[in-house]
Amino acid sequence: MSLIEVEGVTKRFGGVVANRDVSFAVAPGELVGVIGPNGAGKSTLFDLITGFQRPDAGRVRLDGEDVTRLRPDEVARRGVARTFQKLKPFAEMTVLENVMVGAFARTADVVAARTTAREALASVGLAERAEAHARGLSTGQRKRLELARALATKPRLLLLDEVTGGVDQATIPGLVRLVRDLHARGLALLVIEHNMRVIMELAQRVVALQMGEVIADGPPAEIVRNPRVIDAYLGAAWRP
Amino acid sequence: MKRAALAALLGVALAFPLVFTLPFPRHVMIMIFLYGSLAVAWNILAGYCGQISLGHAVFFGLGAYTSTLLVARAGWSPWLGMLAGAVVAVLVSQAVGFPVFRLRGHYFAIATIAVGEIVQTVFINWDWAGGARGVFVPIKRPDSFVNFQFNESKAVYYYVALGLLLLALAVTRRVERSRVGYYFRAIREDQDAAASLGVHVAREKQRAMAISAGLTALGGTFFAQYLLFIDPETVFPLSLSILICLISVLGGVGTLWGPVIGAAVLVPLSEYTRVWLGGTGKALDLVIYGALIVGVAVAQPAGLVGLARRLHSVR
Repeated sequence: MSLIEVEGVTKRFGGVVANRDVSFAVAPGELVGVIGPNGAGKSTLFDLITGFQRPDAGRVRLDGEDVTRLRPDEVARRGVARTFQKLKPFAEMTVLENVMVGAFARTADVVAARTTAREALASVGLAERAEAHARGLSTGQRKRLELARALATKPRLLLLDEVTGGVDQATIPGLVRLVRDLHARGLALLVIEHNMRVIMELAQRVVALQMGEVIADGPPAEIVRNPRVIDAYLGAAWRP
Repeated sequence: MKRAALAALLGVALAFPLVFTLPFPRHVMIMIFLYGSLAVAWNILAGYCGQISLGHAVFFGLGAYTSTLLVARAGWSPWLGMLAGAVVAVLVSQAVGFPVFRLRGHYFAIATIAVGEIVQTVFINWDWAGGARGVFVPIKRPDSFVNFQFNESKAVYYYVALGLLLLALAVTRRVERSRVGYYFRAIREDQDAAASLGVHVAREKQRAMAISAGLTALGGTFFAQYLLFIDPETVFPLSLSILICLISVLGGVGTLWGPVIGAAVLVPLSEYTRVWLGGTGKALDLVIYGALIVGVAVAQPAGLVGLARRLHSVR
């Protein structure tokens, strides 16, 4: 059975259709990539899955349970964590405190939350910055912080919105390795990514969006040869 | 070391009325404790949870009116009235919070001003509650703790006010060190990120509001028993809401001691300019406040606490 199922989801903002009849599923432990040109509706899709937006039509199921109408915090407590494309660190809190907020999703105990948070920080390689204020981190470190914070909620499914976006080339391999490690530990991931080399390397399956619609869904090797995907990215003139 | 300093400070506070027996210095200290407790209470909602309220006089006034009406009209003990006032303030805060918390940032602050004006207008026009003329607390002689009236000496008022401040500080400390404190600060920093980590943002804001409103109402009852007369102009004014905010901003928002330090600086300033300049200098304290706030905003936005921390880390 699928961990998460998106069934015929449509979302309109005024006259703009951000997602139209989008359907796909992620199995437990699977790593699925989401690609598409800017404005294709990738981030809206994440918002719909995590309760930040409510679809005009369609359903989202988590382990068979309908979570379409739940609030973001309810979705999070059911085991779906996410990061944001525009990073949202708790700037005036320390790195450790940031991650503790995530850990509190599973415990009210401060000591237990601190332990979980330290583990999560260690797993993303940010342990030595634990006492620093989040505002002092570099972009790459902030990405790791968001990851640690999401991981501290002990998710079953992690949604990553542009892991490698906005960081320098030298930082990318580390982040990619991190995502692969998480996957190897059995976590299911849904990853929005613009860097095609990264997505081809990571994903078991790729869902391609264009103008809010799914235009392809399959293994990476098929996706790169799919004429509709090539058209979406390069225009029909560039079809080989 | 820090613990010893705090114990010494508490010792000084406890011994103060033994040394200073004249009413005026005691009065100044009582006002520092009262406004300090109000600012500490406000700070829980505004400083920690990031929801800037400019309507906290509502909860102060509700505390004052609830207890005073129960004392004057139903013969209750003011202490029970104080509890009732806190309950009323918490209930009203929850009813107000439900719609107002849908607004973010400046819009929230503006809405709280509107709520403050509405409540003041209601009390001005509510004849049973004394209307614009206000209500007297019936004088009881001799002084007794049960009646919460101490007309012969300010010493008991002094210790009650100190107790209120310590209670507000203890509650803040407890919040700070528990999950709710982390949740409040997360909401202040970024409520979407907080929600994505399982924080029920609306519920936590209501919680911060309830704690803050309840503590503020206690101060309102104290004020009524101290002055023995209240009217809407004294207990519901926008200027009080703003003063509470200014005290915290000056001292340092989102810190345990900031509001207390702010009160310790601003209250004597206000009381002494009033004494030196009499009625003619009525607004001068506000001019000085204004200058201080501008100074803090320019030089050290984290308030006096921030300044102290910076000096400390330089050393």
